[in-house]
Amino acid sequence: MNGALLAASRISALVLAIAVAVHLYVIIDAVQQGLTAAALLERTHGNIPFLALYACFVLAASVHAPIGLRAVLAEWFGCSGGLTDGILVCFGILIAVLGMRAAWAVFAA
Amino acid sequence: MKTANATETLSLEIWRGGAVGEFRTYRIPMRANETVLDAVSEVQRSRDPTLAYRFACRVGMCGSCAMMVNDRPRWTCRTRVGVVARGGRLRLAPLRHLPVVKDLVVDMAPFFAKWQRALGRFEPGVAPFRDFARVPPASAERQAADAGIECIGCGVCYAACDVVGWNPDYLGPAALNRAWTLVNDGRDQARRERLAAVSGPGGCASCHTHMACTETCPKAIAPTYAIAGLKRLAICAALGVKP
Repeated sequence: MNGALLAASRISALVLAIAVAVHLYVIIDAVQQGLTAAALLERTHGNIPFLALYACFVLAASVHAPIGLRAVLAEWFGCSGGLTDGILVCFGILIAVLGMRAAWAVFAA
Repeated sequence: MKTANATETLSLEIWRGGAVGEFRTYRIPMRANETVLDAVSEVQRSRDPTLAYRFACRVGMCGSCAMMVNDRPRWTCRTRVGVVARGGRLRLAPLRHLPVVKDLVVDMAPFFAKWQRALGRFEPGVAPFRDFARVPPASAERQAADAGIECIGCGVCYAACDVVGWNPDYLGPAALNRAWTLVNDGRDQARRERLAAVSGPGGCASCHTHMACTETCPKAIAPTYAIAGLKRLAICAALGVKP
């Protein structure tokens, strides 16, 4: 890992820490209020702050996860190099696309 | 501390061979206040003169007697048998992560090669200072350097580090600690090159902060904090901001 990847890993971890805390708070609050799926979607529909938060969440995860996996693959399986990095970049893009698709789905529902 | 009389027996399982070998058991009288190094010496002198081990100062200054004692790296000259023997037994092996030369002796060359890779040497530059450098002892840089400067390169932290085992390319705690002391030395002229050397693959970012190095260092140095400092500088350099 070089300095740029380390910086990306640490900054994305910072964003994830905040996003996960808010996400857990929202889950607990929704459960305690006994909200149904329809009631939840009613609140998320057209909600720009919600979309912005989850967009940040997804993008941070799509940066953080491949960097962490890169270290795991290198240390535990000896996999490193251009091909591994290419696969991990694709994995990051996949997380970003699937995550943004989900966030957009509940925003536009 | 356990004190023992000479009627008790100490059973030592000692690694014999090179990369391939086996543990052999030797029994000697357990003596009060003896060190592990004393016990190894007694085995060599009274049981098997072919046993190879390394020591020099016997007083915790050279670090050459480091080996695995009950699976933990230690200076054997500063470790009393009574403190570490479990049920009158000790298991001694060569330091982890280094090639075994014979029995308890390892080849330290890969360890010091990594110090060189981390630019763990003072670089006066092509135009060294003409006058004495004035280094305030209370400055943050000098205090950071002082915290790690007493390392004598015994290899205990290197043997304790799991990341070195997982990633043989990893520079290891001692080399990174040395780099950190030099990064904080205002007279050194290779700060940028050194930071590049420890920021690349196998560098400071590979540390998992397990703190095994800090836990085991016989000099009570904290390489983990040195590595954290290098990570901070590496991130600042990558972002183009001043630390």
